[in-house]
Amino acid sequence: MAEPALLSLRGVSKSFGGIHAVHDISFEVRAGESIGLVGPNGAGKTTLFNCVCGQLRNDEGEILFDGAPLVGVPTFKRARLGIGRTYQKVEVFTDMSVRDHLMVAERSRRGEGRLWKDLLNMSTVTKEESDNVDVTLELVGISRLAETSVNALGLGNCRLVELARALAAEPKILLADEPSSGLDIHETAEVAAVLRTVQRERGTAILLVEHDLSMVGEVVDRTVVMDLGSMLCEGTFDEVMANPEVRHAYLGQMGVS
Amino acid sequence: MEHFFGFAMPGIPYGCAYAIVAVGLVLTFQATGVFNFAFGAQAYAAAFVFTYLTQIRQWSGFPAFVVSVVVMSPLIGLVCDRVLFRRIGNSNTTAKLVISLSLLVGIPSLLPVIFGAQNLDATATIFPFFNPNVVYFYVFQQPVSGSYLATVTVTVVVLIALTALLRYTNLGLQMRGAVESRRLVQLDGVNSGGVVALAWAISSFMAGLAGVLLAPIYGAFQSDTYATLMVAAIAAAAWGLLRSIPIATGVAVLIGVVSTILQGYLPTDSILYSAVLPSLPFFVLVAALLFLPGMRSLDLNRDPLATIDPPPPPTAAASRAPSMDRIIRRAWWIFFAAFVVSMLTWMPKTWEGVFNSGLALSTVLLSITLITGMAGQLSLCQATLAGVGAFTSAQLAHHLGLNMLLGGLVGAVLASAVAVVLALLSLRLRGLGLALMTLAAALLFDNTFFNDASITGGASGLSLQAKWLGTSAFFNFNGHALFLLSLGVLAVCVVIVLQVRKGTVGRNLAAMRGSETAAAGLGINLTWQRIVVFALAGAIAGIGGVLVTIGQQVANSAQWNYSFSLIFIVLVVTTGVATVEGAIQAGIGFFVTSQLLTYLPARFGGSSLVIVLFAFGAVQYAKHPEGILEFQKRQGNQRFERLFFPKEYYTLHPTELAPGTSG
Repeated sequence: MAEPALLSLRGVSKSFGGIHAVHDISFEVRAGESIGLVGPNGAGKTTLFNCVCGQLRNDEGEILFDGAPLVGVPTFKRARLGIGRTYQKVEVFTDMSVRDHLMVAERSRRGEGRLWKDLLNMSTVTKEESDNVDVTLELVGISRLAETSVNALGLGNCRLVELARALAAEPKILLADEPSSGLDIHETAEVAAVLRTVQRERGTAILLVEHDLSMVGEVVDRTVVMDLGSMLCEGTFDEVMANPEVRHAYLGQMGVS
Repeated sequence: MEHFFGFAMPGIPYGCAYAIVAVGLVLTFQATGVFNFAFGAQAYAAAFVFTYLTQIRQWSGFPAFVVSVVVMSPLIGLVCDRVLFRRIGNSNTTAKLVISLSLLVGIPSLLPVIFGAQNLDATATIFPFFNPNVVYFYVFQQPVSGSYLATVTVTVVVLIALTALLRYTNLGLQMRGAVESRRLVQLDGVNSGGVVALAWAISSFMAGLAGVLLAPIYGAFQSDTYATLMVAAIAAAAWGLLRSIPIATGVAVLIGVVSTILQGYLPTDSILYSAVLPSLPFFVLVAALLFLPGMRSLDLNRDPLATIDPPPPPTAAASRAPSMDRIIRRAWWIFFAAFVVSMLTWMPKTWEGVFNSGLALSTVLLSITLITGMAGQLSLCQATLAGVGAFTSAQLAHHLGLNMLLGGLVGAVLASAVAVVLALLSLRLRGLGLALMTLAAALLFDNTFFNDASITGGASGLSLQAKWLGTSAFFNFNGHALFLLSLGVLAVCVVIVLQVRKGTVGRNLAAMRGSETAAAGLGINLTWQRIVVFALAGAIAGIGGVLVTIGQQVANSAQWNYSFSLIFIVLVVTTGVATVEGAIQAGIGFFVTSQLLTYLPARFGGSSLVIVLFAFGAVQYAKHPEGILEFQKRQGNQRFERLFFPKEYYTLHPTELAPGTSG
């Protein structure tokens, strides 16, 4: 019997005014699986991510996580259910050190944050929390930046901080939105290696939006292709890349010929 | 029906004046991205100078109009742009709001410093071709006078000209482009600095025009009157989403007309007449904030080049070397011990009173450290919350005989509850929207609860009695009881704020301040965090209000007027909103400076000058968002470190690269 889907999208649509940003998208992600979500700019990939995370409400269709529908579930509760995310436009906490970024995620994962604990001085960082943060920093390869303020980091390192922060929350599925954008070739290879490790060692499912197709081919088990809000095809990376419709979407007439 | 129109007619000139200001707000926001709270103050300044020239200097109307409206008003706008807003074109909403608030507070206080205290009456109309004392004709049996005709005519002409400018001219197009990103339109060869400066000049001219038009209509000459004008104008501009001139104009005229219609129909002795009618503009504003989704995203930074800006500097405490930090901490403890010993031994009675007031005010200001410094939100009603605490405590003592100190705790809970209601009402609002909502709440309280003699004891207030405190010791400075009480309460509040800051809630608030999207994406409940910080800040403000009241021995609504909320923001921002010591320095600094200024001759402006000084400090926010004292402390640290420490001790914070820049 097939493993039940961790994340299931059924006919999801989202429009902005008269524009169908996402139209009738359906696919599933199983636990520990890695899916690539590719397509040209404006295909609706980030909008779909926003619908899954609850930052946008889908107009039609259904999104299920662990078999339960997510309708009406706010973003922070979806995160607590195990949906982690990085962002296309980097979103870091200005003025905070890298370690504090991860500590926020660690505390959030544990459901901590009660005022009375702060007031009674019961929320000092424990050794276990500190160790967990160190492990994630090591995993992403940014231990050397732990005490640095993100204000002092360039885009590449900020993306790594975002990735580490998302992983510190130990999500069941990680939605990575163009994690290699702005990174050089070596940094991109590092991110790909981290994603593979996380999938293999922690069993985290990955839904990867990425324009660097070589990275997608390296990381994912299956690929879903979108264009102009609709789903073009689904299959292994090689299968979809051989699909004429996909080549047309990416390369226009030149791709078909 | 004739009655109806008869009641409506007098509202039109009020509505027209609201419309001019509303449209000026729209223009400034459209062209510069700044919501100019100082618009009312600019209007007041123009009217003040016009009246001063005509009444005191005996000028005729036309040259006075040219000087006050045509020359001075645009000049104020140009100076604001050149000196202040140009430097923060790409800063966050808080920076822009704080600076416009500083001007709102500073300009009316500056006028008596420059011109001396003047007793001015409402001025004559500015247009010689409409005599204000002549009734030209009757409509629905209502007289149409010269000032009526002047206001309506000027409004129509100005609105048509401005709409044409924005819609049909190249300059209007450039203004709309410049609001998105000055730097980006510069890349297209547009002199964006010049375009924005022109927008400031035009909008400031309109502020001046509205000011002198309104003076004869209001019949009295007070800066508070212009604040009411501002609220009506803000409400109208909000319904136009700070974009639409026709909607803003329509709503402004409607507010004026509906006000006079209600005035005509409501019984003058009813609660609706005395409380709800003056609050109409606030209800209109709150409705816009609650029901217009567009008001929630007004202050999103859309500048594609925003990421090239350097990050804000770290606080002085965070940037110094550990050894230096230890020395400074010890020095602070020694200074603190010396202060306490001085207060308990040789301090003169006058100065003990000054420091007691400073400690009490510091407690109120700590609430701003929580909301603005830690959560990154701007609340313009902290004085109101302090007032809620003060009046609750005084009323419980007055009616039930409850000790004011115990009543103060009840007052803190009630202030906290009011703050929570505000937080719930403004859950979806950020930045400008939240600032407007809290300002509307403050003004609403001023017009209703704080205007009710049964609550506040009328103009003289509720005089405290020693029995309400269980002892007369707090009224006797020589006994030092009030000092010890103020110090103890402040210490508890400081510990609370510090514990929150270093705890999980503090981290979550810092995360929210950095990126609400990412914070929610990590599982942080933004709604709950916001309620928690509002509740805590409300309670601290309430407790602080009780302390201030005990110190002054009277609970008076004039102490907690909305304008104090604005002044409080200005005070804390001047010294440093991100740190606890910033709030303490602001509180004590305000009273110490005020006391020192009493030694100057009265012609220097007296109490007005202290507000001007702090307002000048707050406008430095453009250059030093960490606060002018924080900046000075950091500079001092660096000089000290260079003098006494080897180079390897310096803690260097590489701040050259901002997030989002490659490197």
